[in-house]
Amino acid sequence: MYTQAMSVGPQDTSAKIKSAEEARAEAAFEARIAAGEFIEAKDWMPDHYRKTLVRQISQHAHSEIVGMLPEGNWITRAPTLKRKAILLAKVQDEGGHGLYLYSAAETLGTSRDQMLDALHTGRAKYSSIFNYPTLSWADIGVIGWLVDGAAIMNQVPLCRCSYAPYARAMIRVCREESFHQRQGYEALLVMMQKGTPEQRAMVQEAVNRWWWPSLMMFGPADKDSPNSEQSMRWGIKRISNDDLRQKFVDATIPQGELLGVTVPDADLRWNEARGHYDFGAIDWPEFWRVVGGDGPCNRERLATRVKAWEEGAWVREAALAHAKKQASKQASQAQTA
Amino acid sequence: MSDNKTNAPSAEWPLWEVFVRSKAGLDHKHCGSLHAADPKMAIQLARDVYTRRQEGVSVWVVPSSQIVASDPGEKAMLFDPMEDKVYRHPSFYQLPESVNHM
Repeated sequence: MYTQAMSVGPQDTSAKIKSAEEARAEAAFEARIAAGEFIEAKDWMPDHYRKTLVRQISQHAHSEIVGMLPEGNWITRAPTLKRKAILLAKVQDEGGHGLYLYSAAETLGTSRDQMLDALHTGRAKYSSIFNYPTLSWADIGVIGWLVDGAAIMNQVPLCRCSYAPYARAMIRVCREESFHQRQGYEALLVMMQKGTPEQRAMVQEAVNRWWWPSLMMFGPADKDSPNSEQSMRWGIKRISNDDLRQKFVDATIPQGELLGVTVPDADLRWNEARGHYDFGAIDWPEFWRVVGGDGPCNRERLATRVKAWEEGAWVREAALAHAKKQASKQASQAQTA
Repeated sequence: MSDNKTNAPSAEWPLWEVFVRSKAGLDHKHCGSLHAADPKMAIQLARDVYTRRQEGVSVWVVPSSQIVASDPGEKAMLFDPMEDKVYRHPSFYQLPESVNHM
């Protein structure tokens, strides 16, 4: 899945007075970025660069972990053993993606527990898409096709992010993400081509519900993303929100036509002059409502995460106590030997 | 490689670096890190996280705290001196065509 470019992060405080040494270090850093070099964990970096990355990578990691919940909802009710195995593998991948990303963020000097605490107390965001419910089996296919499709669109440019540990994590994620999109599209294709009229209607209904939230995954319009420019200059972001959204619409509409579904947008049409699809206005008040915590499932998702964390506490503590006991046992055995 | 300068509370499982041998005959290569309570769990989790698609035939895990790394501040001192030693490469030597496969 992926992080939402929301530009609601820490403000740049680089305007404050710097020492001559800091100014020199920053100039050297900017030069490295401009030359297309990668930045590694122990290299010097401006404080704001570090903060922006911690926010973006941890938010991205949270999205992977929370993203397991809407799909996990259907593991026990998958229609066949084959679909259940596929869904289990996909949800396991999302957990793995969360881990790669948390690890990348930890290289910046934040701890796993600090990040999880920020998520559990509601200080950290995750992608707004996961605050929508999965009401039918078709939702699982549509999430793969649209939500993972949007994620790929967003994540491929991140493989060239200037911060190398993040870029390396994204390369790994992107290699696995293609399976997610293809399995979703194929599940829908089977229902559309070999299914009953009810199944086809179920697919169309799921597309109707997920289309607009999927477009919102690319974040606010460029004119409302004041921090994007800094992220672009620093090579954290490579393509603007609106450009990615357009790319997604252009790639997805023909896929929908092949599938035999329509998207719920009366204004959608091919614009020959632009060489792109024109599409209708996004409901931004809804976007900000969901980002702000008032979507259909925000409270349920967070409560589920907090419950899992709290109920797992004894396991985490017991594993650590066991490890300590084994280590001291080994040490005393080594002494007597 | 992960930076260990975190202020992690002591209840957090230690951090491990994971190295995977992708197939017999190749080197183990660093591929990421993870938290685990002990070595056995670290191997198990490394297998679950980093070899879900047959990416490996062997894994190593090393406590991150045990890794000693060169200082990026000394990069120039350590590695730049090799820049002007082109004579260390076979392509430096111009040989007649008939023996150039050497």
